[in-house]
Amino acid sequence: MAILNEDVRGKVREEFEGLSGKVKLVVFTQEFECAHCRENTSLAQEVAALSDRLDIEVNDFVLDEKTVQRYGVDKIPAIVVEGEKDYGIRFYGVPAGYEFTSLIEAIKAVSARESGLAAKTKETLAGLRDPLHLQVLVTPT
Amino acid sequence: MAVQLAQKMAVESDMVRADMVEASEFPHLVHKYNVFGVPKTVVNDEVEFEGALPEPLFLAQVMKAAAK
Repeated sequence: MAILNEDVRGKVREEFEGLSGKVKLVVFTQEFECAHCRENTSLAQEVAALSDRLDIEVNDFVLDEKTVQRYGVDKIPAIVVEGEKDYGIRFYGVPAGYEFTSLIEAIKAVSARESGLAAKTKETLAGLRDPLHLQVLVTPT
Repeated sequence: MAVQLAQKMAVESDMVRADMVEASEFPHLVHKYNVFGVPKTVVNDEVEFEGALPEPLFLAQVMKAAAK
């Protein structure tokens, strides 16, 4: 059974009409002992089907060790939103509710190679000399 | 929205990577970071703050970790 209903699919399809650069959803999953893996993979597949600018690659967290290491994925389910390069965007756990919008926004920003942040914010971030790892903990709503 | 701001920063800067973490699926992280309210943002395991802050305030919190 589909996770996204026809109404949502139609809206997302419209959102994706402006996509320019190709985006790949790199999904990490596991057959057993991962409560939300199947749901997460299905969601990513349904989203990827909504635009020809989107590709999807599904990896097994145990079997595809090299890919797991390359992306630095340390837990599952996971989705990497990758564009012309890996921008460091990860979704750990199913991006449902409000965070479904975050997934769509991440795809759009990566495709456009444009953050859409304020000029002042961009200026400040340009001064970064050391890596920053942001983890935002959320709950489904 | 905290996740969207964090991930926009990742698009903007090669120095930034940004994870959404669904708390209910990773209880060990809820415990590790003492999560009582969401969204909760943790930067380099050094700086943490709660709430959906507007962009300038979110940036100010994030940059605290850069200053460490």
